[in-house]
Amino acid sequence: MSSDNFLLEVKELRKYFPVRKGVLRRVVAQVKAVDNVDLAIKEGETLGLVGESGSGKTTTGRTILRLIEPTSGQIMFRSKALAGPGKDYVQVDIASAPRKKLKALRRDMQIIFQDPYSSLNPRMTVGAIVGEPLLVHRIARGKERESRVRELLASVGLKPDHMKRYPHEFSGGQRQRIGVARALALDPQLIVADEPVSALDVSIQAQVLNMLEDLQQEFGLTYLFIAHDLSVVKHISDRVAVMYLGRIVELCATEELFNHPKHPYTEALMSAVPIPDPDYEVERILLEGDVPSPVNPPSGCYFHPRCQYAKEICEKEAPVQRDLGGEHFSVCHLADQLSLRPVRLQ
Amino acid sequence: MPLIEVKNLKTYFYTEDGVVRAVDGVDFTIEQEKTLGVVGESGCGKSVTALSVMGLIQIPPGKIEKGEILYHRDGKVTDLTKLNPKGKQYRSIRGNEIAMIFQEPMTSLNPVYTIGNQIMEAIILHQHLRKKAARKKAIEMLYAVGIPVPEQRIDEYPHQLSGGMRQRAMIAMALSCNPSLLIADEPTTALDVTIQAQVLELMNVLRKDFNASIQFITHDLGVIAGMADDVVIMYLGRIVEASEVHTIYHDPKHPYTQGLMNSIPSLATAKVRLVPIEGVVPDPFEVPPGCGFEPRCPQALEICKTKIPPLKELSPGHFTACWLYE
Repeated sequence: MSSDNFLLEVKELRKYFPVRKGVLRRVVAQVKAVDNVDLAIKEGETLGLVGESGSGKTTTGRTILRLIEPTSGQIMFRSKALAGPGKDYVQVDIASAPRKKLKALRRDMQIIFQDPYSSLNPRMTVGAIVGEPLLVHRIARGKERESRVRELLASVGLKPDHMKRYPHEFSGGQRQRIGVARALALDPQLIVADEPVSALDVSIQAQVLNMLEDLQQEFGLTYLFIAHDLSVVKHISDRVAVMYLGRIVELCATEELFNHPKHPYTEALMSAVPIPDPDYEVERILLEGDVPSPVNPPSGCYFHPRCQYAKEICEKEAPVQRDLGGEHFSVCHLADQLSLRPVRLQ
Repeated sequence: MPLIEVKNLKTYFYTEDGVVRAVDGVDFTIEQEKTLGVVGESGCGKSVTALSVMGLIQIPPGKIEKGEILYHRDGKVTDLTKLNPKGKQYRSIRGNEIAMIFQEPMTSLNPVYTIGNQIMEAIILHQHLRKKAARKKAIEMLYAVGIPVPEQRIDEYPHQLSGGMRQRAMIAMALSCNPSLLIADEPTTALDVTIQAQVLELMNVLRKDFNASIQFITHDLGVIAGMADDVVIMYLGRIVEASEVHTIYHDPKHPYTQGLMNSIPSLATAKVRLVPIEGVVPDPFEVPPGCGFEPRCPQALEICKTKIPPLKELSPGHFTACWLYE
C-alpha cells in the first residue's frame, strides 16, 4: 500500500479489555475486542465496517478516534488541524499523540452515534449542542457562532428557528440530523458514523443516508461507516471491511466483495440477508451456533468451528491477511481454493 | 378457511393529553395454516392490533372502541372482543390457542425463573399435566426449537442464554400448547442476521409441523418477503394496502407502499439513489382529517385532505385505501 492517498492508516490495532475477578480484582482474562486490525481509508471515500454484535466494529471506530485508549498499534492520520504554516497536512499517529495534540486532532475527526436519543444532552438547546464544539475549540463566539450554527442546521435540512428548541421536541430522524450538524461544526476530514441509521424507521433511514451522501460530496468528507446491515453498507460504501470476533476477515471494493467473496464468513453473512422480493430464491447457509466468546476464542482461524469448508489447518494455524489481487484482502487459508457464492443480482 | 377475522377494529387510548386512535378501523383475515405479514413503521398500530387480538390491551387507558375479532375453531365462531379479557374463557385461549412471542426476549422472560419453569407453567396451566410430565414436554419443546442439550439448558436462567437461544426458548414456550395462531411481534429485530436466518427458518419449519397460523409483525420488508403468504401494510392505525405477497411486492398500488419499496436498499440490486418518503409520521394527537398519508404523499389530491379513503378491491384479493384509484 502506498501511503500518500490514504487519510487514515491503521496498523496492527489492538484493544484488549481486562476481565477482573475476585476481591483483589485480579485480571483473569482478556477480551480481545479489537485484535490486530489493519485498515486504510482513502481521502473522500466511504469505508463500510460490517459485522455482527460483538465483532468489535464499534470498539474499532472509537479506538481510531481515541475515545478508547488502544492497547497497541498505530493509527496514522493525515491531519490538517496540526499542519504547520505553509503545509497542507502533517502525518500524526493518533495512538501515541499526547493529550494536547489530541484535542486539536479532534477538529479533524468526529463521530455520529447510533442512538439519537441518548447522544444529545436533553437540557441543552439544539443551538447550544451544535455550537458547543465551536466554543470548546475557540473558533467562534457570539453572533458569529450563531450564524455558523444556522448554516450548519441548514446544511442538514433543519430550520434556523429549531435552534431554540430542545432535543425531545424532535423525531428520531431529526435528532440524527442534529448529531450530524454537531459533527460537521469543526469542518472535520473524517467522520466515524457508528450505526447512524439503525435506530430509524425505514422511510427516515433513506432520508439520512441520502443526506450523508450529499454532505460527503459537498464537504469532501471521508467516512468510516459502521453498520450491521449489509444492504445499507453495500449502498453507501466504496470499500467494505468485514469483521468477525475482533478481526477483519475480508476487505475490498464493494462490488468485488459482493461479486467475488473470498471468505466463507462473508458468504454466509450475505446469504442470511433477507431480500425484499418474494420470488428471490437463495440457498441460505445457516451457520451453526452463535459467535464464540471473545474471552475464549477458538484456536487457529476464529471462524473454523462454524465454517463449512474448514480443514485441519484452520484449526491449528491462524490465517494471515493476504492480498488476492487488486487490493482484495482475505484472511482465510483456503481463500484462493474456494469458489464462494456471490450475491445474485436481480 | 379463515382462522381469525378482524372487522373494523378500533382500539383507542385515552391519555391525559388526548385520545390516541392507535388502531382506527382495521380489517384483515388470517387464514388457517398461513402466515399474515403486518408491515409498518413505529407508531402505525401494528403491535396494538396484535395485543387487541391477545386481549392484552390495558384498560384503562386503552379500550377496544368498536369492531369484531372473530375466532373460528371447530366450526364455532367466537367474538374475542365480547369476552372479558380477564375471564376464564379468554384465559383458556390466551397462551394456549393463541400464543405470542415478543421482540426482546430478555425483557419478556422472567429473569428470576429458569426457562424450564416458565415453559412448564404454561403446560401445567393449560394442559393440566403433572410436573414431571410437563418437564418432559418442556424438554421436547426445547429440542424441537433446536436448543442443544435441552436436559441441561432447561434449568438455566434467561441471562445464561444468548439472544438467539432466548428467542428459541420463547418460541418453545409459545408452541408448547400447540396453538392455532402464533403472533410474532418483531421476533428477530433484536437478533443478528445470521441468527435471524436460523430463527426464521425454524419458524417456517415449525409452522408446518404444528399446523399453526402466524401473524408476523415487522418493519422489515425483506423478512416479510421470505415469510408471509399475505401482507397488510399499515400506516397511522389504518390498513393502506393488503394482498397476497407477490402482488404487493411486484405491483404496489398505494403511494406509501411504493414509497417504502423505493426507500430501502437491497443487497440484490445495483446501487440506485434511494427515494425517501419526505416528512415524518404525524403526531398521534394531530392526525390529519383525511388520508393519514396525505401530508407526505407526492401524489396527493384535493379530496385526500378532507376524506378518508375506503379500502377498495382493485383486483381479486388486492385491496388499497387511496383516492387515486376511485
